[in-house]
Amino acid sequence: MPRLIASLGFAAGILASTSAWAVEISISCSALGKEYEICKQGVDAWAKKTGNTAKIVSTPNSATERLALYQQLLAAGASDIDVFQIDVVWTGILADHLMDLTAKGQADIDDHLPAMVETSRVNGRLMAMPWFADAGLLYYRQDLLDKYKRPVPQTWADLTETARMIQDGERKDGRGDFWGYVWQGRAYEGLTTNALEWVASFGGGTIIDDKGDVTIENPKAAEALKAAAGWVGTVTPEGVLNYTEEESRGVFQSGNAAFMRNWPYAWALAQGADSTIKGKVGIAPLPKGGADGRNAGTLGGQLLAVSKYSKNADAATDLVLYLTGQQEQKRRAVEGSFNPTIVSLYSDADIAKANPFIGDLVDVFTNAVARPATATGQNYNKVSTEFFNAVHQVLSKRAEPAQALSRLDRDLKRIKRDGWK
Amino acid sequence: MAGAVAQGDVFVRVAARRRRSSLTRSRIRSAWLFIAPSLIILALIAGWPLARTIWFSFTDANLNNLSDYEFIGFENYLANYDGEWLGLLTDPDWWQSVWNTVWFTLVSVSIETVLGIIVALILNATFPGRGLMRAIILIPWAIPTIVSAKMWNWMLHDQFGVINDMLLRAGLIAAPMTWTANADTALWAAVAVDVWKHTSFMALLILAALQMLPQDIYEAAKVDGVSPTRVFFRITLPLIKPALLVAVIFRSLDALRVFDLIYVLTSNSRDTASMSIYARQQLVDFQEVGLGSAASTLIFLIIALIVVITLAAGRVRLGEDPR
Repeated sequence: MPRLIASLGFAAGILASTSAWAVEISISCSALGKEYEICKQGVDAWAKKTGNTAKIVSTPNSATERLALYQQLLAAGASDIDVFQIDVVWTGILADHLMDLTAKGQADIDDHLPAMVETSRVNGRLMAMPWFADAGLLYYRQDLLDKYKRPVPQTWADLTETARMIQDGERKDGRGDFWGYVWQGRAYEGLTTNALEWVASFGGGTIIDDKGDVTIENPKAAEALKAAAGWVGTVTPEGVLNYTEEESRGVFQSGNAAFMRNWPYAWALAQGADSTIKGKVGIAPLPKGGADGRNAGTLGGQLLAVSKYSKNADAATDLVLYLTGQQEQKRRAVEGSFNPTIVSLYSDADIAKANPFIGDLVDVFTNAVARPATATGQNYNKVSTEFFNAVHQVLSKRAEPAQALSRLDRDLKRIKRDGWK
Repeated sequence: MAGAVAQGDVFVRVAARRRRSSLTRSRIRSAWLFIAPSLIILALIAGWPLARTIWFSFTDANLNNLSDYEFIGFENYLANYDGEWLGLLTDPDWWQSVWNTVWFTLVSVSIETVLGIIVALILNATFPGRGLMRAIILIPWAIPTIVSAKMWNWMLHDQFGVINDMLLRAGLIAAPMTWTANADTALWAAVAVDVWKHTSFMALLILAALQMLPQDIYEAAKVDGVSPTRVFFRITLPLIKPALLVAVIFRSLDALRVFDLIYVLTSNSRDTASMSIYARQQLVDFQEVGLGSAASTLIFLIIALIVVITLAAGRVRLGEDPR
């Protein structure tokens, strides 16, 4: 039915257009809260500039549901949607159905964050353009750090110690439900992003390396998981094993936690007018595994891609280049706090005025660790599912880290049996 | 026709068979004509998807490109690659999900049946406001599962949940419980929500059966001074058994297909995944239409098997009834 409506809309668009070459482009952009409005303004500006018309197709809010819808549309070769907003880990999954943008995107692509560009490429070909970036960040309570005279933690061990100290102190003051550190531990994609940060920060690799070899079974990864499992029940509530982003933000924003791992979106909400912790929050890169470790936030964010089945591929590509271009990314950063993927925008004065912390983020994005989506292609979801299930078992103390990783290694190699495709 | 055969008289039967050539045959023909539309619709909306799913389960179809697949026989179910057995039947996750589903069904339907009988007996009694009560108990059942699951998810939340708050205040637990995060309690939480939702459905079906019971038996029992417990086990329970069996089968079928409730409470976690969650994950998340169809086919077979067993068990016991 949506296809029929879309086709009718498409036909109506053709009939209504006055000039012969003006076309209608359909774009699917996320419609979560403010995102729809900001997207519409950008799309309308392009339409006005080029004389084409463009309309936004609403898609499900849940990322997994959206991917399923995209797959069904694309597998059927439907031309209803010309431009797709895709997650950084979907490029490999959808690549067969996307248009190669290498030729047209080549001129601008070097301006973007290298990590984001990497997620847009499949086998060296540019299948999408980076639109906005996301990465895991550490949120901390500045007032509590001051109260207990502690610095912002640099390593996970620091964080554990500080979290315990603040938690003990606050509980002694009668706040029985206060916790040290909250994050996302539910068995879902979010746990993959969290656990990858621990493993990578300890120097334990990225589950699967660029060449496609399974690397997860190593002592550093085991050490990282052991540290994380140690938090559960001590500085982290056991309930975190079923938390997504919003549940952990709920605990942190109601003032019941000293630290939180979350995406940049939580910043604006934590500093919102109705927030109990307004003005008491700071953000920092996630801690290192140890003295020899690194800061690693998992890279998130969204790309724009053109469907191979689009009837107006040229206009669609033009829209993608416009939306991912400097001017539009700046507008989105100022008006919607979307983090640009163009490096030079991080030193832009107007953006810095709207988001004071933007300058700190460029390092986080530059050092961000990408999930092994490019190497695993179509199999990414399977790899991620095996990984977060193994981690979940360790966190809920149903498996020892080494044992879980050895089983994970076997399962991943079994998935890889015929290569990653 | 049925009446004629039931008489058991040989001559009548022979006569009936002879008559089939004229009147009966045209009756049968018009009977087929009348049920043909429903048969066609059933074949289209139930038969065709089922047949297609079973067919896909023997192929290596992938959601990425549904038009290009090959027949691979039983490889999705069981296959030997280089001495290693693979396929659905060797996947511990699949068997875990089967066990989760069966456990969930047994526990939740048992509790619902017992509670349903109790609620139905109460509602069957005459008391002021009975009509209102009957309407009120249906509210949990009228709320869509996805809504009640989300609602309970917040109520069971370890930090903000009202359940923990009440138990803490009552002094029943020392620290907040993590109902949905802990694999040991997550399935129990799912059972609790299911019981909350479906007990009223059970009660309604049983109440309908109770209202059909002849009052004279109860009066006779009263005159004979039979104790109420004995009345319940010797009179009420045997009489409502057929209706009860239907209700249990309905609920079991529903519970065996459970998806939304567990998916909302614990998403794809392996410790609590049901068979339907496993199949959806293969079909949608992993794009393995072949393997997912194989899982769906097995779900169909398992459910069919359980229904046949339940029906057979019910019939055997019905046969023992002295009539």
